[in-house]
Amino acid sequence: MTAVTQPGPSTRFVCRSYMAVVLAPEPPLLDWVAGIQERINAAGRFLVGSPVVLDLSAVKLSASAIGHLVAELDQRGIRVMGLENTDPASTGAGLPPLVRPSRGAQTTLDVLPETPTAKVAPKSTTPPKPTTLLLEEPVRSGQSIFFPDGDVTVLGSVGSGAELVAGGSIHVYGALRGRAMAGSNGNARARIFCSRIEAELLAIDGYYMTAESMDKSLRDRAVQAWLEGNQLKLTALD
Amino acid sequence: MAKVIVVTSGKGGVGKTTSTAALGAALAQFGQNVVVIDFDVGLRNLDLVMGAERRVVYDFINVTQGVAKLSQALIRDKRLDRLALLPASQTRDKDALTEEGVQSVITALRKTFDWVICDSPAGIERGATLAMRFADEAIIVTNPEVSSVRDSDRIIGILDAKTVRAERGERVAKHLLVTRYDQARAARGEMLTIEDVLEILSTPLLGIVPESQEVLRASNLGAPVTFNNANSGPARAYFDAARRLMGEDVEMTIPADKQGLFGKLFGRRAA
Repeated sequence: MTAVTQPGPSTRFVCRSYMAVVLAPEPPLLDWVAGIQERINAAGRFLVGSPVVLDLSAVKLSASAIGHLVAELDQRGIRVMGLENTDPASTGAGLPPLVRPSRGAQTTLDVLPETPTAKVAPKSTTPPKPTTLLLEEPVRSGQSIFFPDGDVTVLGSVGSGAELVAGGSIHVYGALRGRAMAGSNGNARARIFCSRIEAELLAIDGYYMTAESMDKSLRDRAVQAWLEGNQLKLTALD
Repeated sequence: MAKVIVVTSGKGGVGKTTSTAALGAALAQFGQNVVVIDFDVGLRNLDLVMGAERRVVYDFINVTQGVAKLSQALIRDKRLDRLALLPASQTRDKDALTEEGVQSVITALRKTFDWVICDSPAGIERGATLAMRFADEAIIVTNPEVSSVRDSDRIIGILDAKTVRAERGERVAKHLLVTRYDQARAARGEMLTIEDVLEILSTPLLGIVPESQEVLRASNLGAPVTFNNANSGPARAYFDAARRLMGEDVEMTIPADKQGLFGKLFGRRAA
């Protein structure tokens, strides 16, 4: 196919993130499917209508075996929207697409609002992918910023009920009142910095801390959070 | 050039309808041509607060569906004919509103009025997003308490994402209207202070409306508070807010109801 640029109706590409349930089949598969059937018997519409992703890391299946498994689940009302942790060669036509394998924290996402990442203009030469995301406006309640490629810097505040997810570190120059999750791709060296902490939740590489377990004396102060082993540490910057 | 303003909040019961009626009436009292639109299809209230509930023949949905002409559905205020109301339908629900229908009505109203004020329903669903869809400016009504402030924060985010202006890369000018403010309770720490609210929402302040019996009294009588008792605290706050909307520079105060000698001696001032 030859690519010709023509003035015409422009196409808008919008990135969205969704929450999906991940099912991880374990061998022996027959027993695993029987277990799912038991859950359906017990709970009626178990997972019916929910987006489901199959994590195939624990089993080694051929394309036809995957097709068989997907059909078995489909019969039970469970629709598989994607596969992860399997060989790309074993996912072909007729099978759900392979979603990017991911490690570390699973993040729940609301609708992604207009963030600079969603507005990348197509160019003839692709510039290097940015590794930091700078937000000059406050992040409002209900907004979810998802930037797996690196650090996120917010010049304003992050509202209560807002969510930042970064592959790298998170820097907030206003008050952090929402949730901040750094190192979401399994980067244990990521840190969270903010000039005033009132956060609901902090997480680094999946290890998290809620507002209740934060030291009260740190409240409203400038702090940083980092990971020491399996422990999330919080200390004042001033 | 007409201005389309949405009065919104996310949370219910904070005073969107009261504020729409009062600001619409205040702007009309300053000589402007104003139409207020009730977007709360199925739970309309603005007609009651404006005292026009017995005069509703056709409504917003009838106009969008071509059953009635816009001129037939508009209700001119009996006290001031520069002020008009487009009532919502009470028998339908929010799904009866379409984006095209709303757009055509707002485009038509822009031609005859100076101000088109859209009274948004509570929530963040269809009714609320359509009310803000074509707005040039937004008034975010907030009570000085945490749940209202957080809902307002959410609505501000939606204003920056889902309005036509935002999608074109332009800004929707935002104004914060703090209602039901009680300075004494804020001083005792029972309420957020104006400074707290402004710090959390980082949005410019349009006015501070004090908590007052006058508001309920006026809406029970079917009159915007600026008509019913123009000297009351809330009425003066709405008059000041209306003048700020028109671009005047008005000093920010919290007008109190009929001040006695004591109140005058310890006159209240906003920060």
